[in-house]
Amino acid sequence: MAENNAKVQNENGKVELKKNKAPMNVTRGFFLCKKTILYICLILLGVLCLVPFMLTIVNATRDGHDIMTSFTLIPGDKTMVNLKTLFQKINIFRGMFNSLIVALPSTLLSAYFSSITAYALAIYKFKARGPVFAITVVFMMIPGQLSLIGFYELCKELGMIDTYWPFILPAVAAPGAVFFLRQYVLSILPRTLLEAARIDGGSEIYIFHRIVLPLMGPGIATMAIGGFIGSWNNYLMPLILLTTKDKFTLPLLMSTLNDAMDIAKNQGTIYMGVAVSVIPIIIVFCFCSKYIIGSITAGGVKE
Amino acid sequence: MAKAENNKAPKTVEVQYGDGTKVVVDPNKKGKLSKRETTGYAFIIPYVVAFCVFSVYPVFKTLYLSFTQYKGGIGIKPVWTGIDKYVLTIKDEFFWRCLLNTVKIWGVNIVLQLGLAFLLTIVFIDIKYKIRGLAIFRAIYYLPNIIAATSIAFMFSSLLDKEYGTFNQILSMFTDHRVRLDWLGSSSLCFITIGVIQAWMWFGNSFIMLMAGVMGISSDYYEASAIDGAGRWRQFTRITLPLLKPIMLYVGVTSLIGGLQMFDLPQIMIAKTAPSYSSIRTVIMYLYQFGFSGTTAKDVGRAAAIAYVLFFIILVFSVLQFIAMKGEDD
Repeated sequence: MAENNAKVQNENGKVELKKNKAPMNVTRGFFLCKKTILYICLILLGVLCLVPFMLTIVNATRDGHDIMTSFTLIPGDKTMVNLKTLFQKINIFRGMFNSLIVALPSTLLSAYFSSITAYALAIYKFKARGPVFAITVVFMMIPGQLSLIGFYELCKELGMIDTYWPFILPAVAAPGAVFFLRQYVLSILPRTLLEAARIDGGSEIYIFHRIVLPLMGPGIATMAIGGFIGSWNNYLMPLILLTTKDKFTLPLLMSTLNDAMDIAKNQGTIYMGVAVSVIPIIIVFCFCSKYIIGSITAGGVKE
Repeated sequence: MAKAENNKAPKTVEVQYGDGTKVVVDPNKKGKLSKRETTGYAFIIPYVVAFCVFSVYPVFKTLYLSFTQYKGGIGIKPVWTGIDKYVLTIKDEFFWRCLLNTVKIWGVNIVLQLGLAFLLTIVFIDIKYKIRGLAIFRAIYYLPNIIAATSIAFMFSSLLDKEYGTFNQILSMFTDHRVRLDWLGSSSLCFITIGVIQAWMWFGNSFIMLMAGVMGISSDYYEASAIDGAGRWRQFTRITLPLLKPIMLYVGVTSLIGGLQMFDLPQIMIAKTAPSYSSIRTVIMYLYQFGFSGTTAKDVGRAAAIAYVLFFIILVFSVLQFIAMKGEDD
């Protein structure tokens, strides 16, 4: 109660204290102490999130035998040795390149077609609008495993096994992105702007490309980054559909590390593999964490 | 061309709907699609086609295959067997074992994940302590979530190794003997380990969801109630909790849908030969074995039936969770 009274005074700037005037300083000290403890807990939790990555990066520079016998935070001098062994076993840059040529086109396709669909569903009035939107929402909630078997069969029927098409083409239909971008269009697009553009004689597709698309930029960026990370990290689909090792995406290639070497002898190399796969994502995250975090709440929480 | 179209515009009647959308109705063109309608259809056609082919078709194909005997492979046709595969799945003791394993991992995960996210949200919205640096804390807590599960799996299977893992080495520094905890190999420990790693990956995500939900509400509520003399406990039970409930429900349901489909982490981290394999095998790992492994056990129809049984279980759980959370309101 005493703390509460102190706060009321602080918030308003005027004195509304009814009681407990004397132990003010004691209360204040107690309060600061608690606040410090809170900060320490928060920082510890943050450290907990980072420590496994730090350990991995440090271990990636150490000798396999040293890693197995002792623990240290001081980097070793075996960085190049570990890198070399890693490349002898798996071509990790090839894996990154493969992941990139899967993730980039699918992100672009998803961004463009989700935007145009969302725009049409938000702005134009036509009979199919309601049903299309309803089915989109239903499929957002259907768990992925329901389509897994059927999707594999579909790819077989279309002759797309061991190609990248099954990862790229479905990006045209991303129900989650459409759902989010539709809300986004409804909330940001001034209708008077559309009317003005129409009076100026712009065709509908011209208006979409020149006026709507740029306005939707931030929303699209948010969706695209989320989609890119999802595609980059995807494991189950490539595991099922890719058979040629040269075509393996990064997560799939990583998973072959186990078979490629004697784990006990090559600890440093394993850590190096993890470090090489993780560091680019961490760097990207440092620059666009704002958009990435924006994309989490985008799909879920409605206003 | 476009000009001509627009000159006609005044002749049309514009109807404004409640949600702000305007519709142009052209009285001269009864029964025909207006230009706007045509454009609308043209814009959504690529999406609808891709959606039907890549989203709708596979779901129904799986449903069809779940009623058949089908080994996959070239030139082999599925043979209709009715509900055989469902009967087989429901009577299969291993299926239920796998489901129990999955639920156990998810249970450890959700308690930690939601609990931590909930505590963090309470700390950050507390106007008394005015904790700063939300953006940076949020980013750090979220970091594990954007790393590929395969990388996480490899990282932890090395760090947590019984003989030469770094975690056991660190623990050994606090005791006088060498710690040799078998984090992944012991049946009684590995589901906790996987659940904790899962929570470690996802608590930042849940925290952001909860924060977004609470931040939508103006801090005026808290300030006003503080002036009215509401204690912090009262504020918590009367303002914070009711606000957080729908979001916690959302996080819980999405986590359940994702959690029951757990695959990457246990598949990579636990070797098939490990003693703990049977107590960590999840439903999707079981499904994968029937659907995609190249062995004689391959039975695509059965894998499809497992997928649908799991779907109905998820559905029932989600509805129950929904009712339970809603019921508290009354």
